[in-house]
Amino acid sequence: MQDKDKTRRKVLIGLTSAVSLSGLPFAATPFIAAWNPSAKAKAAGAAVKLDVSKMQYGQQIQVSWRKQPVFIVRHTEESIASLDLALPKLADPNSDQIEEPYRGLNPSRSKSPEYSVFSGVCTHLGCAPKYFPKIEPKPWDATWNGGFFCPCHGSMFDIVGRVFKGVPAPTNLIVPPHMFDGSILTIGEDKEL
Amino acid sequence: MTEIAGKLFTWINTRLPIVNTFERHLSKHPVPSKVNFWYLFGALAAVTLIIQVVTGIWLIMPYSNTEEQAFSSIEYIMRDVDYGWVIRYMHTTGASLFFAVVYLHMFRGLLYGSYQKPKELVWIFGCTIYLAMMAEGFLGYVLPYGQMSYWGAQVIISLFGAIPYIGESLELWVRGDYYISGITVSRFFALHVVALPLVLIALVFLHLVALHEVGAGNPEGVDIEEHLDEDGVPLDSVPFFPYKVLNALVAIGVFMTVFSIIMFFFPEGGGYFIEMANFQEANPLVTPDHIAPVWYYAPFYTMLRAIPDPLGGLIVMASAVAIFFIVPWLDRSKVASIRYKGIYSKIAITMFGVSFLTLGYLGTVGVTEVRKTMSVICTIIYFAYFLLMPIYTKYEITKEVPERL
Repeated sequence: MQDKDKTRRKVLIGLTSAVSLSGLPFAATPFIAAWNPSAKAKAAGAAVKLDVSKMQYGQQIQVSWRKQPVFIVRHTEESIASLDLALPKLADPNSDQIEEPYRGLNPSRSKSPEYSVFSGVCTHLGCAPKYFPKIEPKPWDATWNGGFFCPCHGSMFDIVGRVFKGVPAPTNLIVPPHMFDGSILTIGEDKEL
Repeated sequence: MTEIAGKLFTWINTRLPIVNTFERHLSKHPVPSKVNFWYLFGALAAVTLIIQVVTGIWLIMPYSNTEEQAFSSIEYIMRDVDYGWVIRYMHTTGASLFFAVVYLHMFRGLLYGSYQKPKELVWIFGCTIYLAMMAEGFLGYVLPYGQMSYWGAQVIISLFGAIPYIGESLELWVRGDYYISGITVSRFFALHVVALPLVLIALVFLHLVALHEVGAGNPEGVDIEEHLDEDGVPLDSVPFFPYKVLNALVAIGVFMTVFSIIMFFFPEGGGYFIEMANFQEANPLVTPDHIAPVWYYAPFYTMLRAIPDPLGGLIVMASAVAIFFIVPWLDRSKVASIRYKGIYSKIAITMFGVSFLTLGYLGTVGVTEVRKTMSVICTIIYFAYFLLMPIYTKYEITKEVPERL
């Protein structure tokens, strides 16, 4: 074979290979995409909507989002004003140690000054902390200003889910993405985020 | 009758290379005449692989890969399927002992330089087998959907989350759901029973073909190809069949005894083979008090925990496995076997062994300040063994290797 033919052959082999290889991403697409969350999984993990206007002041409710409890608390003006009382007890008052979606927006840590929305899973070992809103001495804290107490290992959080110093839980309770449309709260989705 | 059988055999043999293959890989395959017990673990690993494949096939039959039924189908196997308990315990014991014999097999490689030229590819295929085994073991551990399946998988999958930029979407892609659900279990099932076993068997095939091409090593590090008889067969060799096969049968007998004792009397292995938390069904809302990996991942888990930054931990852990692949190029010694290497190599491999075992212990217990410091020290020793290898193997005084075995 002449050198010219060899070069031609090389070019042809190269071109054929390149064209064939360009099909690879197309062929791989279904196999990769099939691992994405299915429509069913997406529907089950979709955002949860609820009307929070019927909640009483000081009330706490729990909704389930992606198999995890999410706490919603409706604050009174006084309870928001009393947040500063617990400040010296807090380990991370500005949520610097975690990813906080609405840092500095409201003292409630949520998108609404009136409501707090955070995960009900203790950051220590995943138990559900209990809500004790009243300002009264408690066996676990003589100067209790209201907040959440985890019955499993005694972790304490204030009424907006910020963790106390010296408890087993390492970080504040996590705030999920959420949005308010009037009194309709959507958990798990935020168009502005 | 014999004549017909003979004719039939000839008919087949002219169409399928039975005699050739038997001679080439068994009856005429020369292996070093003098080896020690360290050279038996390869055969034991092969036996364990067969046990895993057979018991695995039988376990697939009654197992259900859905979120609702995965855990209860394991209980069904244990209680309602005739002899289901023994098949499952054979599989769980096999998994732990597979790792045990492979770790010993790998340590043999480090001791006697079984990776040195021209055995680099044998070693690399072996390392790849180990990597595939780690994946296979992890995927299998998730299938019973017990508490430790769930939370162990949570820890491992969240490692992907430590990768910058793509981490979180990668995590979601691996799980196929927002938590480790039935969707995750069923894809892990497919990988565990089809994809990875195929990969493993293919790799074992390559490992053996490459080994038979370059020939097995020996504890002296003597190249038996240097002295051949008039037929070109190494003088210091014996045929693999029957000498080594019968030899291995004794080892297999001992191994089976140990296997049976564990399987019948200590199937949980004191919580190291099957962790106690895995006797509870997975619960995404309750984390077990103490999340620990199964013993065979413990050394690497300790490294992960020793590094405060998740991405750093991931990199260190991945490097700890990856570094095995380049050992053939790290060892600059003129000799293969530890018997003829210098004092530095001997100190290094001892420290490596001790630090590996310590890392393993630390991975199964809770974290304290002292243990954390120990983890960091042992991780440094682990890496120092490999990274300093080019220096200490090159500049140490080695002994003269004999001509013959």
